[in-house]
Amino acid sequence: MTASSRPSFLGYRRPDGRVGVRNHLLVVPTVICSSVVAERVAAAVAPIGTALPHTAGCGQLGPDMTTTHETLAAYCGHPNVGAVLVIALGCEQVVAQHLADAARSAGKPAHIVAIQSEGGTIRATTRATAIARELVAELAAMRREPCDIAELILSVKCGGSDYTSGLASNPALGRVADRLIDLGGAAVLGEIAEIMGAEHLLAARAPNPDTARRLIRVIQRVETDAMALGFDIRGTQPSPGNIRGGLTTIEEKSLGATHKGGERSPLADVVGYSAPITRKGLTVMDTPGLDVESVTGMVGGGAQAVVFTTGLGTPTGNPIAPVIKITGNTRTAEAMADNIDLDVSGVLDDRETLEAAAERLFDEVLAVCSGRDAAAERLGHREFAIHRRNPTI
Amino acid sequence: MNPVIVISPSDNVATALEPLESGRVIAAATPFTVRESIPRGHKVSLCVIPMGASVVKYGSTIGVATAAIPAGAHVHTHNVLSARGRGDLAAAEPAVDAARLAEPPADKGAP
Repeated sequence: MTASSRPSFLGYRRPDGRVGVRNHLLVVPTVICSSVVAERVAAAVAPIGTALPHTAGCGQLGPDMTTTHETLAAYCGHPNVGAVLVIALGCEQVVAQHLADAARSAGKPAHIVAIQSEGGTIRATTRATAIARELVAELAAMRREPCDIAELILSVKCGGSDYTSGLASNPALGRVADRLIDLGGAAVLGEIAEIMGAEHLLAARAPNPDTARRLIRVIQRVETDAMALGFDIRGTQPSPGNIRGGLTTIEEKSLGATHKGGERSPLADVVGYSAPITRKGLTVMDTPGLDVESVTGMVGGGAQAVVFTTGLGTPTGNPIAPVIKITGNTRTAEAMADNIDLDVSGVLDDRETLEAAAERLFDEVLAVCSGRDAAAERLGHREFAIHRRNPTI
Repeated sequence: MNPVIVISPSDNVATALEPLESGRVIAAATPFTVRESIPRGHKVSLCVIPMGASVVKYGSTIGVATAAIPAGAHVHTHNVLSARGRGDLAAAEPAVDAARLAEPPADKGAP
């Protein structure tokens, strides 16, 4: 295959060599206390401006504080972000300078406005909004250019699963993941609890015993954590909606869910929450099953776009990455048409082959990465939640 | 359109692609009669599944039969149990109170 015939998309090349599919001004609060100001500033320069409101940044110890810091820094350095404006309070644990540095080391402009030193909400909002207007003007002048598909890291995700997920949308997405990886790209799969029962299939795709062991270890940890609470995991896995949809056990849900990571691509790596995805092939990230926390972590790891399969329908988006929704449930495709980008229900009633559905999805991914809005973006869905494992102190 | 889909040849359940009524004969590899109504998307047994045997879908086990399941029966949470993540069993009793939760996790059957 010659270089010119390889699939490509129109992206933003960043000074650090990474490629973005969006060009946002990220208005990032260091702490929950500065989230409202960040949201007001971003709203004044939407949709290029996008905020990262969150509930963390203080009262956290050890691993949770590290996760908050690393996740926020990862978003500041993310290639879908062209410039960063940090809204600090002044007394919080998260270090504003650390976030600005993450952006600057990726070669993009970054500014800090602190509410306490600025003299309150109104002055901070006014000053930050003025800075945001200038940054947005710079971003608006930037142009997309052709980028090879190997630059893509695609997050594969499912939520609100029903029986159609394992039969149509997940296998279609898996074929896209395999094709992307064949072409030199990468995919990331999270939701460790939803690998439980299917880990033997993924472990068999690890090129070496160490990677397989790391996968098994992280799954054992999640299972042990759940068991240590003394509850039956069926209270949440499968969810009540999954069960109404016909899924009986976590093993069944996992076997259907794991299809979205492809059928044959090598398991290249197993990484922690929001940690950088550095290998081509399939990476498994240690995220919980909760959709928004999972997507937040995988985008933090560097995924520029998300393909999210759903049976029952779900609106989840992300502040900086397009989240493309596909469903194999024809009733959901009609009932929640505003949330759904692609209907692959034809796979189940012989209107379309799985291969043809995967081809349409592949083209959709390239179109969205080149700038077409996903449904979640059109609807303003920008959910963001940093995973925490410990109590707030 | 087939009324059911069997994903792997080693499966002992099929997925209903439309609601199945009791008495309907399904032309699977081994034909069977539906014994009770099966909602769309739910599973129907292709053969007898003895109590304690694995329920197999996607060619892998999805749980264990908690009762003898005849062919053509609804297979769901009432007759299949997951073997994973059962902290309630590890705790040896179903009721869990706050004092138990406060105990160190190492006491709760960590491997």
